[in-house]
Formats: sequence, structure tokens, C-alpha cells
Amino acid sequence: MSWTRENRWRAVLVLAGVIFTVAAPGVLELFTIINLSTVIALAILALSLGLIWGYGGILCFGQTAFFGIGAYAYTIAAINFGGSSWAVLIAILAAAVFAAVLGYFMFYGRVSDVYMAVITLTVTLILYSLLRRTSGPEYKIGDALLGGFNGVTSPPLNLPWAPYMPLFPEHVFYVGMAVLIIGYIICAWLIQTHFGRVSVAIRENELRAELIGYDTRFYKLAMFTIGGAIAGAGGIIFANGVGRVTPDIFNLYNSALAIIWVIVGGRGTLAGPVMGAFALFYLTSWLGTQGVVNNNLVLGLILIVFVLAVPRGLLPTFISWWDGARSRRAMQRRELKVRRKRSRRSSDQREVTHEK
Amino acid sequence: MDLVIALALQIVYGIASLVLISLGLAIIFGMMRVINLAHGEFLMLGGYTVVISTNQGVNIWFAMLVLAPLVVGIIGVLVERLLIQFLYGRMVDTLLATWGLSLLFVGLVTSIFGAQTATTISPPLGVIQIGDYSSSAYELFLIAVTVVLLLLVYAVLKLTKLGLVARATMQSDEMASALGVSTKRIYMITFGLGAAVSGLAGGLLAPVTGVLPSIGATYIAKAFITVISGGASILAGTTAASILLGGINGIMAFLTGPTLGEVALLAAAIILIRLLPTGITGRFFRKSL
Amino acid sequence: MKSEIVVETRNLSMHFGGVKAVDRVNFNLRENELRCLIGPNGAGKSTFFKCLTGQLAPTSGDVVIRDFNGTGRLPHQIARLGVGIKTQVPNVFDGLSVTENIWLAARRWHGAARARSLTSQTVERLKLGDIRADTVGQLAHGQRQWVELGMVVAAEPWLVLLDEPAAGMTHDEIERTVEIIREINQQSTMIVVEHDMQFIRMISSKVTVFHEGRILIEDTMDVVTADPRVREVYLGSGGS
Repeated sequence: MSWTRENRWRAVLVLAGVIFTVAAPGVLELFTIINLSTVIALAILALSLGLIWGYGGILCFGQTAFFGIGAYAYTIAAINFGGSSWAVLIAILAAAVFAAVLGYFMFYGRVSDVYMAVITLTVTLILYSLLRRTSGPEYKIGDALLGGFNGVTSPPLNLPWAPYMPLFPEHVFYVGMAVLIIGYIICAWLIQTHFGRVSVAIRENELRAELIGYDTRFYKLAMFTIGGAIAGAGGIIFANGVGRVTPDIFNLYNSALAIIWVIVGGRGTLAGPVMGAFALFYLTSWLGTQGVVNNNLVLGLILIVFVLAVPRGLLPTFISWWDGARSRRAMQRRELKVRRKRSRRSSDQREVTHEK
Repeated sequence: MDLVIALALQIVYGIASLVLISLGLAIIFGMMRVINLAHGEFLMLGGYTVVISTNQGVNIWFAMLVLAPLVVGIIGVLVERLLIQFLYGRMVDTLLATWGLSLLFVGLVTSIFGAQTATTISPPLGVIQIGDYSSSAYELFLIAVTVVLLLLVYAVLKLTKLGLVARATMQSDEMASALGVSTKRIYMITFGLGAAVSGLAGGLLAPVTGVLPSIGATYIAKAFITVISGGASILAGTTAASILLGGINGIMAFLTGPTLGEVALLAAAIILIRLLPTGITGRFFRKSL
Repeated sequence: MKSEIVVETRNLSMHFGGVKAVDRVNFNLRENELRCLIGPNGAGKSTFFKCLTGQLAPTSGDVVIRDFNGTGRLPHQIARLGVGIKTQVPNVFDGLSVTENIWLAARRWHGAARARSLTSQTVERLKLGDIRADTVGQLAHGQRQWVELGMVVAAEPWLVLLDEPAAGMTHDEIERTVEIIREINQQSTMIVVEHDMQFIRMISSKVTVFHEGRILIEDTMDVVTADPRVREVYLGSGGS
């Protein structure tokens, strides 16, 4: 990874994240820290969608499906195995495999991107309605009762070498931040590899990518699977942050949220969606405490306004505004210099004429 | 024998309700290539129109068959004028904007009527007996309405000037504008009609399902599956997909219970889309409406 | 001594509904040849081209490239045979820079170091140095065409298929493009689809004339232009 301007900024962000991780528990209240774990989980989901949509050009309206599968798989496996190490692996694997199977049908079936959006959303909604029906005692996987719309209580994470020492809720914050930061670094690295650059090329022009010999189906499938795995990891943190996983994880509102984070933060950036997740979480919970306007209403308005007025999202718009402002400032400085020189020259001339 | 009749009736009802909840979406998609993610909310608004007006003392039949399509149709025209018309040709943006609209409608209705079920109305027409089995007469009525609705849409597409122009627009935008047709107006009317059909469907289903601000989400998955599996042809596609998916769902639900019925429906749809990415009518009955 | 046949179609047909866009075409191309496909609009040359490049799967018949049956293969499978393809509408990566575009093509076949040197060589070769860092989406039409040619060349293909490489170019740009094509032909066998007669004259190669989905005549440009049938269907019908 070379130290381009983007990578310098990425390094700054990673550093800020590390400092926040270390400092936050000393400054913030315990309640806030526990609450943060949930937001971090959502931010990881946002990161995964930012990767596959913003860089891979894959329009997935159901990224929460992999997030939810990660959360459910973790919970069920942790209940059955009694420790979390295998459960973590199984959860990430389950999310990745589900993404791979779904992706195979879509990419090798050459489904257009609009259909892809609808299919992924539909699959998520079907998972929602299926899991809501699992309330009877017959719906159990090993020792884990699925519990219908009440969901399942998630066992807490533990350190791999101490299976009977569950982490305290505040420690989940550290794990979550670690996953978020490592996930961010992996994504930033990935988009600069040959694989990542081909994925971006496919986003730009799929036919051209095929004509120069890339099997675009395979690249999209791989990207989609990686995105699914990251979302699954987010689901593990979510299950730990909330302490319970319910079918609501798959509902339409959450799918919409994921899309809105990326739209608001900006496609084609990694930090944008993450920031979008944080910002909207605090906006909606603040609105919730005010109790004046309905969250759906606000989110709906935000989505419409951004599509119509700020289609690139905040971060890219800000970056190009900043670049524009900087080059304008540079130009002004140059002009100023020229003008000063000129005025000096003309005043010299004036002096000359005076002398005459 | 009674069991067979009752079962057949159940399956036909399943198919009819699939057609009912998908047709409005199919009209808008087939004619305008716009996938309306607020489709579920159009159904929801139709349901609310019926429940609220009936509770105000309006005749239930009038509320279902006239008010619901009218109110939602007008909402549809407004939506097209205020939002959709700025996004033609940008399919992804249209998807996103209509999703925003969907959230907006859910939020509005929740703010006005609360998040809980509004006072429900019971299905009219009572029960009919088939031997040992009983069936709701209202379900029979819905089957009949679905058939009439399909015939009506067919007649509009086939016989009216609007239908002719709409079909020309479906073929190609340029052809329609070359004919001197204002595609703008056609799009507005089409969107309004699609919304009206959705409103009608939502109104008709309200006595069966009740109404909730978030009820759109329960319809939308099935409506999408049906329309995508059906492909671009509005009537043939929706009907064929509904028969196939509704049939599979009904039979599996009878054999193994409703949960596996839904799983079977999903599995069938996914396999179908893998085999026929452009839907049933993308491969078969291509010339159909 | 005649060289080996490297591209062959046998009874290749492509039907759209009732329209026979390509109708039982038998076509041969020898190694190191530079062949132009011409014909009026709707003659089937572009459809034929799309069947060769895997953008369309033919209704019937075969496409054989070297010993490989390319019928109904996908574009990336055709490309993998060492075939470079330029489409009619410039297909480039609009959001990426000129270097990035060309690098993506070079890197498909070579390791990182070789791809980098190949990229800068190609940029030199096509005289794209002044615009190497520019975003392709902001370039003029002719420059975008050259970037696409650059992507074709960077993969070092032995067979190059170009669909209307000079479309929408100014006269100067066309001359430059002709130079590039001649240069590519030093190492590669080529098929160029074009309807600009002057352009073909400048390339001066053997010409295959398409008409109503079939091959009308196949000869040098002089013979072809003198042929009364060609005059009738092509020049007579108001073609350029």
C-alpha cells in the first residue's frame, strides 16, 4: 500500500479509531459504552455494504440478511458449543456461504442490478417472515430454541483460551472496535489490490472488463462473499451488544437503514458509510427521545432528499468541495502574488514618472 | 371429494391473492420500467381508506370498490408528478427514492393513526359449507374480483386508445414520441392506474388481514417475486407466475404446513429466476400483454 | 505459401425473431491478415462481429478461433484466447484514469512489474502521455477511442477485432488511428469493421462486403469498389 493522499487520511482515521477505543471507556459512562457496541456492529454492516456497493457496484438491498445470519448462527452455535470461538467462525462462515449461494444464483444467472436489489431485499424479508414463525417448541437447532418473534438470547463472547469466562458487556466494545478497525483496514487494502481494482473496473464498465478477459461473474461473487463475511462479523457484535437476536434484524426498516447510511455517507468511500451509521443512529435515537416525529418519516425524507439533491453522499461531496476550495485558494494566492508584483511594478513606474 | 374441492378452492384463492397484490406493481413495472418500492404502502393506504371510511359509516362495498382505488390513484398521480417524473431513466435512483417514499408513508400513517392495528372490520358475506369443510364466501368473492380485474386490465390495454398508446410506449419511448404522444401524460396516467389497482387490492384484503402501518412489508416480498418471475408482460406474466408460485405454495402448505409452503415458494422463485433471468414471459408468451 | 487459417466461421447464422441478421456465413481469415468488413447499415457486419466476440450467441453454425470452438462462449473466454476486442460504442472505464484503464488490461495477463512497464510502453506507443493521469470520462470522443485501443494493445493479443475504430473522429484523428492500426498489424492478425470507405482505402487491405446478412464479395478494395453489385447495394444506397 503506497502512501497516497487517500491512504494518509485512512491512516489518520485508523489512528483516531485506536485512540477512541483506548480513551472512550475512561471518559464515557458505562451505559454509553455498552450502547456503543450496538452502533459499532451497525457500522461494520455499513462498511460491508460500502465495500460491495461503493466499490463493487453490487446493488444489495438485503445486506442485513448476512448480518442477521451472522447473529443467528453465532447465537445458535454458541448455545450448542458452550463457548464462543467456534461460534464466531461458524457465524462468519455461515454468512459468507449464504452470500456465495445467493450470489451464485444472481451473478451466474446474469440478473440485472435492479433485479438484484429486489431479489436481495425479498430474500431478507422472507427470512424475516420465516423466523417469525419459529415460535413452537419443534423449531430448535440442537439446544437452541429459535423462539419465533421473541428471538433467542445470545451467549456472550469469551476469550478463546477461557471458554467459561464470558466477557463483560463493556469489553464487547473493545472487540467491536477491533473488528471495525481491522475490517476497515482489510477493505482499504482490498480495494487497492489487483482484485479490488478489477472490481472497481467492473463497476465502471462490466462489458469492457469482460472484453479484456476478466470473468466478471467470479469477481462479483467473490466481492459479494467477502461483503457477506464482514456483515456476518458485524452480526456477532450485534448479538453481543443487544444480548438477544430476533427476526426484527431482517425487517424492512433495517434493510433501509443500511442503504441510507451508504447513501448519506457516500458511495465510493469506506469511511462515509461508517460515519453515516454513527450519525443516523444518534439522530434517530435523539428523535426517539423527543417523540415529536416518527423515525420512518425522517428516514424516508432523508433518503428522498439525498437521491434528488446530494446523490453522491456527504463525504465525496465534502471532499470535492474541499479540493475545489483548496485549488481556489491556491489560485487566489497566485493571483494575489501576480497582482502584488504588478502593483509594485506600476508603483515603480509611478516613481519613475515622478522622478521625471 | 369435499376435501379436494376445499383444497382446490384454497389454492385458487392463494393464486388470486398473489395476482391481486402484484398486479399494480406489474402494471407500473411493465409499462414504465419503474420498480415501485412503495408498492406495499399503496396497498396499505388502500386498506386504511377502507377501514377508516367504513368506521365513519360509509358502505363497505363502496369503500372497497370505489374509494380505495380512487384515493390511492390520486396519491399515485401526485407521487408521479412530485417525485418519479424527475427520475425517469435512472432505475436505481427510482428504486431508492420510492423506498424513501415507502418509509415516508409508513411514518405518516403511524404519526396520524398510531402504530397499532386500526379498528378492524370483519369480512362481509359469511361462510359457505362444502360438505364437512367451511369456506369464507368472501374468499370466493375475491377470486371473482381478481378475474374481473384481469379482464378489465386486458380490455383497457387491448381496446382503448390509452391502452394502444401505453403498449406503444412499452415497445419504445421514441416510437411513442414520434407518434406525437405525450409520454409524460401516459406515464402519469399509468402510474395513477397502477396505484389505483394497488389501492383496490389493499382495500379488498383489509377485511381479511386487518391494517397496520407496516403491513406493506408483508405484501411486498411476494409481489416482487411474482412480478420478477413473471417478466415484463403485465397480464400473462403476473398470471403465469401467480399460478405457478401460488400453486406450489398451496400444495406444499397443505402437505407440510404454511412455513414450508413459503420456503417452497421462495425456492421455486429462485430456481425460476436462475433458469429464466428475464422471467417467464421473457422466454415464453413474449408477444402477450 | 499461404499462412494458416486462424479464424473460421461455418454456416454462422444469427436470427432475431424472423430477421436473419447473419445468414449462413462462411468466413476465413489467415494469420497476419488485416481484413475489413464493410456493408451498409443493417448488413449484418456488427452482428457478425458480436458473434465472433461472444457478445451474442449465434442461432446456429460455428465460430472457430485457431483450434478452439468459440461458438457461444462468453466475451472473457474469447479474450482469454489472446483476442483483443474494441466495441463500436467506446467501452472504457469512465471513472478511472488513462493509465489505470490500460494497466487493468495489461495486468490481466502479466505480473505486477511486467504490467507496469507494458502500461507505460502502451501509453508511449499511442501517444497518450499528456493525458495519462486524466479521468477517461472527461476526455474527448477520439481520445476515448484511443484509450480503448490502448487497452486492446496492452494485452498483446495475436488477434485484434475492431468495430468502427474511427467512428466520430476528425480527419487528423483518423489518420493517427490508421497509423496505429498499421502498427498493430505488424504483430497481430486483424479484423476491422468499418463503413467509412475512405478509412478503408487508407488501411488498404482485403475487404469482405456484407449484404443482407451474407457475404457479397471478398477482394481488394479496388476490385470491390469496381464491382457493380457493390455499387448498387452499398454506394448506390447512399452509403459514404
